[in-house]
Amino acid sequence: MSLTANDVKKIAHLARLGIDEQDVESYANDLSGMLDLMTQMSELNTDNVSPMAHPLDQIQRLRPDVVTEHNQREHFQAIAPQVEDGLYLVPKVIE
Amino acid sequence: MTTQWETVIGLEIHTQLATKSKIFSGASTAYGAEPNTQACAVDLGLPGVLPVLNEQAVRMAVTFGLAIDAHIAPHSVFARKNYFYPDLPKGYQISQMDLPIVGNGHLDIEVDGEIKRIGITRAHLEEDAGKSLHENFHGMTGIDLNRAGTPLLEIVSEPDMRSAKEAVAYMRKLHELVRYLEICDGNMQEGSFRCDANVSVRPIGQAEFGTRAEIKNINSFKFVEKAINHEIERQIEVIESGGKVVQETRLYDANKDETRSMRSKEEANDYRYFPDPDLLPVVISDEFKEIVKATLPELPHAKKQRFIEQYGQDEESATTLTSSRELADFYEAVVKDSGVEAKLASNWMTGDVLGALNKAGLEISQSPVSPERLAGLLKRIADNTISGRTAKQVFDKLWNGTATADEIIEQEGLKQITDTGAIEAIVDKVIAANPGPVEQYLSGKDKALMALVGQIMKETQGKANPGEVNKMLIEKLKG
Repeated sequence: MSLTANDVKKIAHLARLGIDEQDVESYANDLSGMLDLMTQMSELNTDNVSPMAHPLDQIQRLRPDVVTEHNQREHFQAIAPQVEDGLYLVPKVIE
Repeated sequence: MTTQWETVIGLEIHTQLATKSKIFSGASTAYGAEPNTQACAVDLGLPGVLPVLNEQAVRMAVTFGLAIDAHIAPHSVFARKNYFYPDLPKGYQISQMDLPIVGNGHLDIEVDGEIKRIGITRAHLEEDAGKSLHENFHGMTGIDLNRAGTPLLEIVSEPDMRSAKEAVAYMRKLHELVRYLEICDGNMQEGSFRCDANVSVRPIGQAEFGTRAEIKNINSFKFVEKAINHEIERQIEVIESGGKVVQETRLYDANKDETRSMRSKEEANDYRYFPDPDLLPVVISDEFKEIVKATLPELPHAKKQRFIEQYGQDEESATTLTSSRELADFYEAVVKDSGVEAKLASNWMTGDVLGALNKAGLEISQSPVSPERLAGLLKRIADNTISGRTAKQVFDKLWNGTATADEIIEQEGLKQITDTGAIEAIVDKVIAANPGPVEQYLSGKDKALMALVGQIMKETQGKANPGEVNKMLIEKLKG
């Protein structure tokens, strides 16, 4: 399977990654190579192997439903670019 | 001949689970706090944090699954749903894709006396996003992340509904169920129970579905019906004028009663799901399932059947009284406390109590009259201490004060006159003073009797038993 330059640009946009136009071609090549490897791997018979969702063969531990975190707003907002009335301010997202 | 259209509706309902802390962090989920005071490092998506799953959220999801007779996945997986929006600081929402915790259940609804089974495809756990505030920040958007990380159970139905009415019936039934199970407070104004509707139309008889539009975030039962009906009309109009329905997301505007396009679905939905490496697979053991099963409360349908059998109620009052767990518990407490006939209690509950609550805009849990105080009143009706008419007076006083029924009856001297001699004297007096109505009655105008009864009740300040007065009056007049 091979990715086009446009595929690469679309994926980069979805992930909000800025990439240089001059690098698009080499990304397309590298990513296509990875996909080829996947194709090769999917040729193996895995009928008797159940899919894993995680490389560790362990199960999720659960925590009790208890409030353990307390207000540290000032602390967190000290590193925010802009805040007002306790809100984080961001560039306007709707018209 | 014009085409007959059939509507196909599926609903996605987001219920906020009533946990104390968030799904992946120990921050509080309490509603209405100062902005960002309940958003911890995990909720903010700061680097290096690790989500840890809340056991109570899992338990609630399993509770729901068992209540709808669903398959509980022994093994379920969390995935990242990637998109960029400032109320989602990590750049992805932790949700479930391929292996949801609950799969393949159903819920029975009733529309126009017919029972219909609605399939529930799946229910999965995910985290809620924060809130964006678009006003008054000098052209910027304000972000409050208190809601970010609140556990949601997204309940996805099969496209089994064929009218807006059915969709509303399903939504109400689900709303009732999650509140019975005490897994969601059901507060729609605060966004605890939110609905997206997938709507399409097709010519009757056509097997395949038409192209659907998704209507987002409809937050009241009334709006669901209106929004869906509006959307059905719009789609039929588009098709009949030669156009095509586009697959898209539409937003319902309650003020204008119309839906409008938000964005084209194809370009917006490239979520690139993949298993979240921060979370391990969730395993639900049979033991865990059994423990949850043992704590399931009596479900609405079973309760309704029991009310009909145990209390001899008709379908209608049983439906009303079991419409919420609180109301049903209130009723049963009244019956138990008062020891009066179940019928008397249900008449008062469905009539005066619900009427007064409705008028005051209150929920049963906020009723100023407790089950004990109502029971006190019903006892005095049952043992004939007061008449039904006086009881309404006493109820008003119960509602507006803190005294018991017995105290009110005593203070106001409302005790029914049981002394027949005293009533007889008043009856004689009224007959003597009203020759006109008496003559009318005797000449066949039955209505005139009511005027006389009214006079007597007035003389006795409502303390006579109207039935007895009636009887005595007729005996005397015809005597």
